[in-house]
Amino acid sequence: MNAPALEARNVSHCYGARKALDDVSFSVGRGKFCVLLGLNGAGKSTLFSLVTRLFALRQGSLAVLGCDLQREPRKALEQLGVVFQSRTLDLDLSVAQNFYYHAALHGIGKARANARTEELLNAVQLADRAGEKVRNLSGGQMRRVEIARALLHKPRLLVLDEPTVGLDIGARADILKLVRGLIASEGMSVLWATHLTDEIAGTDDVIALHKGKVRASGAVTTLLEQTGASDIKQAFMLLIDEEALA
Amino acid sequence: MSYAAYAICLKGIIWREGLRFLHQRERFVSALVRPLVWLFIFAAGFRQVLGISIIPPYETYILYEVYITPGLLAMIQLFNGMQSSLSMVYDREMGNMRVLLLSPFPRWFLLLGKLIAGTLVSVLQCYAYLLIAYFWEIEPPPLGYLTVLPALLLVGLMLGSLGMLLSSLIKQLENFAGVMNFVIFPMFFASSALYPLWRVREGSPWLYYVCQVNPFTHAVELIRFALYTQFNPLAFAVVFGCTAVFMLGALVAYDPSRGLMALRGAPGAAA
Repeated sequence: MNAPALEARNVSHCYGARKALDDVSFSVGRGKFCVLLGLNGAGKSTLFSLVTRLFALRQGSLAVLGCDLQREPRKALEQLGVVFQSRTLDLDLSVAQNFYYHAALHGIGKARANARTEELLNAVQLADRAGEKVRNLSGGQMRRVEIARALLHKPRLLVLDEPTVGLDIGARADILKLVRGLIASEGMSVLWATHLTDEIAGTDDVIALHKGKVRASGAVTTLLEQTGASDIKQAFMLLIDEEALA
Repeated sequence: MSYAAYAICLKGIIWREGLRFLHQRERFVSALVRPLVWLFIFAAGFRQVLGISIIPPYETYILYEVYITPGLLAMIQLFNGMQSSLSMVYDREMGNMRVLLLSPFPRWFLLLGKLIAGTLVSVLQCYAYLLIAYFWEIEPPPLGYLTVLPALLLVGLMLGSLGMLLSSLIKQLENFAGVMNFVIFPMFFASSALYPLWRVREGSPWLYYVCQVNPFTHAVELIRFALYTQFNPLAFAVVFGCTAVFMLGALVAYDPSRGLMALRGAPGAAA
C-alpha cells in the first residue's frame, strides 16, 4: 500500500461561529517537500493543531501514511515528527536532556536515545553544545535543536509550522537547507507551513491556503501554468485575489 | 508498545519533573518556608489562644504546633498541586504540554505520569518539612513516618488531579491569581487544618458544614490519622472518591475528542 505521507479529506474546523478551516482536502506525497502557503490567519496553525491531535477533528479525516488519526492515533503519532511555531524546548534543561525526555515519551531507552542524539546533533552541527542549557543557544540554534529532536524517533513525516519565524536571513537559509537535506538522507516527507514565498523551490509541491480554504494545490510548475503567473509569488497573489476568483 | 516502553516513558516524565524541581531551588525553598512560617510564627502566636482538648488520634493534650502539622503537610501538597497546574498552563503556553501530548502513548497514561511525578515531588517536600518540624518538638511515633506515606501519596494525587482539572479551565497564566483566591484560600481556611471542627461548630454551625463537605478537611484528617499510625475510613473514602472524580474530569478535559481543549482551543493556535 502506498498511501500518501499525509492526507486530509474534507477537513473543517470552527472556533465558535468563525470557520477556521472550510472543507480542506489535500495530500502530501511521499518523499516530497510540500509547502503549506498561506497568510497569517489562513488556518495553518489550526491545521497543525488538528494534525498533532491538540484539537479534536470534528469534520473530515486526516491520515498519516495511511493511519487514520482518529482510528489509529498511536500509529499515526509514531510516524509523525513535529516542529511547532512556538518554542517547545525546556529552556532550563540541557540539549541532551531535552532529547532524552523526548525519547522517553516515545518509549526509547537511554542507550538508543544517546546514540541517536549524537547522530542528530552531528547532523545539525551542534554536537559540541549537547551539554549546554538550551537557554544559552541562539534562536537559529534552538530551531535546529527542535528539528533534530523531532527526528529522534525516526518519523516518516515531518511537519513544521513556520519554523523560520523570527530568524535572520542566514539562519533561515540554514534551516531550509537542513530540512531539504533530510528528505534525501532520512528518506522522509515534509510539510512546511509558511507565508514566505521565497522559501519555495521549483521542485516543491504547494498547497495554497486562504481564509480556511485550499485555493490550489500541486507542483509549483502546475500552479504557474494554472495561473499564468511568472513566479510563485505572483501565482499565490492571483490565487488569493477575491475579485479575480469571483 | 511494550510494558518496558511504558516504564521508560513514565521514568522520563518523573525524571523531567524532578530535574525541573532541582533547577528551581527557589521553588523548593518557598515550598518549605511557607509551612514553616505558619509553624514558627502563627502557631507560636496562637498557642495560647486555642486550647486543644484530647481528640482522636491524639491520646494526650497536644500543643497547637502539633495539631496544625498535618494541615501544613496538606498545605504543602495543595500548593504543589496548584503549582503544577500553574506549570501546566505555563507549559501549554510554552509548548511543553504539546510535546507531552504528541507522545504516542495513551493520553490518560501521560497525564497520570505527570500526576505521579508531581505527587512524588510534593511528598519529598513533606518529608523535608517533617524533618525540620522534628527539631521543633513535633515528634510523631517513628512508625508514623512510614504510615503517613500512602496518605501523602493519595492526597498528592487528589490535589494534583484537582490542579490538572483547573489547568484545563484556565486559559491564561494571569488567571492563576483567581485560583489562589477562589480555590487555595477557601479550601485551606474552611477545613480542619488550623482548628478542630468542634471548635468551628461552636463559632459557626454553617461553617462547620462547609468544612465537613470540603475534601481538603478529609485530606488533612487522613494525613493526621496516618501520621499517628491510625486509619480514618471516612477520610480515606472521601479522598479516594474525590481523587477518582478529579482525575476523570482532568482526563476528559484533556481528551482531544471530548475535552474542553477542543471546544475552546489553546493559546497560540487560533490563527
